[in-house]
Amino acid sequence: MTTDWTGAIDCDVHPRVPDINALRRYMDSYWSETVEVRGIDSFETIAYPRRAPMTLRADLAASKPDEDAGRTASALLDRHGFGHAILNCLYAVQMIRDEHMAAAFAAAVNDWVRHEWLDRDPRYRASIVVPYQSTERAVAEIERCAPDRRFVQALFIAGTEEPLGKSRYWPIYAACERHGLPIGIHAGSSYHHAVTGSGWPTYWAEDYAASSLAMHAQVGSLVAEGVFVKYPGLKAVLIESGVTWLAPYLWRLSKFWRGVRLEVPWIDRLPSEIVRDHIRLTTAPLDVPDDPAMLERILDQLPSEDMLLFSSDFPHWQHDGDAMLPANLNDALRRKVLIDNPRATYARLAP
Amino acid sequence: MPLDAPPAADEKPSAEPTNRLAIVDSDIHPAVKSMACLKPFVEKKWWDHAMTYGFRRRHGSATVEPYPKSAPLASRRDAWPEDGSGRPGSSLELMQRQYLDPAGVELGVLGPLGNTGQGELNTAFGAAFCRATNEWQREAWTSKDRRLRAAVVVPYEDAYASAREIERVGHMKDYAQVFCLTRSADPLGNRRYWPIYAAAQAHNLPMAFHVFGTSGHPVTGAGWPSYYIEEGAGGHSTSAQTVVTSLVMEGVFEEFPKLKVVIVEGGFGWLPPLTWRLDKIFEKNRDELSHLRRKPSEYIREHIWISTQPMEEPENRHHLLDTLQWVGHDRLLFASDYPHWDFDDPFRAFPAGITPAQHRAICAENGLNVYRI
Repeated sequence: MTTDWTGAIDCDVHPRVPDINALRRYMDSYWSETVEVRGIDSFETIAYPRRAPMTLRADLAASKPDEDAGRTASALLDRHGFGHAILNCLYAVQMIRDEHMAAAFAAAVNDWVRHEWLDRDPRYRASIVVPYQSTERAVAEIERCAPDRRFVQALFIAGTEEPLGKSRYWPIYAACERHGLPIGIHAGSSYHHAVTGSGWPTYWAEDYAASSLAMHAQVGSLVAEGVFVKYPGLKAVLIESGVTWLAPYLWRLSKFWRGVRLEVPWIDRLPSEIVRDHIRLTTAPLDVPDDPAMLERILDQLPSEDMLLFSSDFPHWQHDGDAMLPANLNDALRRKVLIDNPRATYARLAP
Repeated sequence: MPLDAPPAADEKPSAEPTNRLAIVDSDIHPAVKSMACLKPFVEKKWWDHAMTYGFRRRHGSATVEPYPKSAPLASRRDAWPEDGSGRPGSSLELMQRQYLDPAGVELGVLGPLGNTGQGELNTAFGAAFCRATNEWQREAWTSKDRRLRAAVVVPYEDAYASAREIERVGHMKDYAQVFCLTRSADPLGNRRYWPIYAAAQAHNLPMAFHVFGTSGHPVTGAGWPSYYIEEGAGGHSTSAQTVVTSLVMEGVFEEFPKLKVVIVEGGFGWLPPLTWRLDKIFEKNRDELSHLRRKPSEYIREHIWISTQPMEEPENRHHLLDTLQWVGHDRLLFASDYPHWDFDDPFRAFPAGITPAQHRAICAENGLNVYRI
């Protein structure tokens, strides 16, 4: 078993906005006053209850490293020798209904990340939090942040109001393609409607499980609507929703395409090939059984070894101790997952 | 059987030509020739209601499917009765000639779709049409061909009315299962549906959850997709995953330890990954799920059967052979989905490499164990 993590690129690390005042410093006077006058508390979703075991590893509960760039660097980057960590701030901008407010909060979060994290450690990279309640405002925020090449991705949350292939999002993808930014789609929901097609589940565990179902929908939508036909340089990264569900879903998507492709005539090749070329997945939580003999057979179902990107999901509790990848992953694949695949996916990571 | 399937170790070559395998089919869709077929079984009040207000479900469309299919009524082009007498699936004679007889179906389990009363906004009206659909299945199908078994179609959004319907007909041998659709107003493990499961368990009837249904929610957690390919490939298999997740996580199998569940027409390739994922989540959230005494995988292995149609078709057939093994050859039920466009033939749908014993289990033996015969 190798435990060398040197130079690894961690594609999913979560900084946490400690409170609303941390953001007010990055708002203009209108929004800063609005927060005070209207008594706006912080926007948090039910996706990550602060004290739930999955949200914060038990051994980190006291130090709360996710609220500080230095503490995360020492607990994660220094400890393992990672080369980079991509920060995905899950502050719930996507939940906000008012598009003006969403844009103001997205800008504040991005500036908070830039000043409180990116400026404090050269190993950090970040996703742009995008107020896609409005396509125009989303594009404007990407244009505002993109000159800073430490922003490497545009961030979406899987439970969107409308699936991400819809043409109303396409100007956002044009901007992403132009700037060499993949779109990252992270577990969670805007909660603008139920997290499943059959309503709201009772338990948090079901809500969390449902994120992979929303990912099915996003893959189907991006493929069927022809996003990758229109934007051949675009990549999408599915973050924190497992890996093993993808292959069986692609069997279905490709089979249905053979049967009903008359309704999507712009799709001129197998969906599984389109996905192989354009979609990537982060490894945590790795939904494989404990039986090590099965790992190879399961991973063999994926269309390509280029699709897996390493993530720790720090400080969420996805693994115990240092077991961030299965011990029996072969060395060549391990190297790809840790370093080569992230570099090939995130154009802006190029030295 | 696939021609290149090697004989299994437990298969003794026989000098005598063996009889062809008798098939158990877990998903055949009978149709009414016209709605008038149900009229004799519906109280006048509710028949008049249907004629005046029509069928009103949680998707707003009074006529066509919100996602138009790729073929009329999503059916095989050759399944329309030649005499123009009705819809695909409405002629017992054609069904016998085209499918039941040549395929050697020994037991065919019906799953009525369409205006059956399920998912109606007015649940009392829906209950009346469910009763009518159940009477019609006996009159038009099971009494005329003893190979066929009916489904107890229930107005599942009213669990008490559903339980009453199971009490009313559940003792009759004509009925093989209780029939729900996967897209419900709340996830189907929710306690408000438990009276249905109590009644099903009491009558030793498996609960079938067939894809489709109108929940009133966007069909995905990411909103309403545009195309049938999205609804078909992703919407249905994810709605089936929601059913499994909900039944397990809500503790349905703790409350109803003898309940059998059959997932129908959502494919099956997703079941092993879902099981692995739920086990991982359970491991980390035992405090929230303290009502569960076992791992999700154990409940799934013991309580859930899954139909094979539409057959998974990976490019590498070894991937499918692995998946069949991971699901469990004893948990898979052959389904044809006759007369729909993506029909599977019991002798052509399975991959080369599946053993005769596995094929026999999936196409016959498992069904005889699940359904109350």
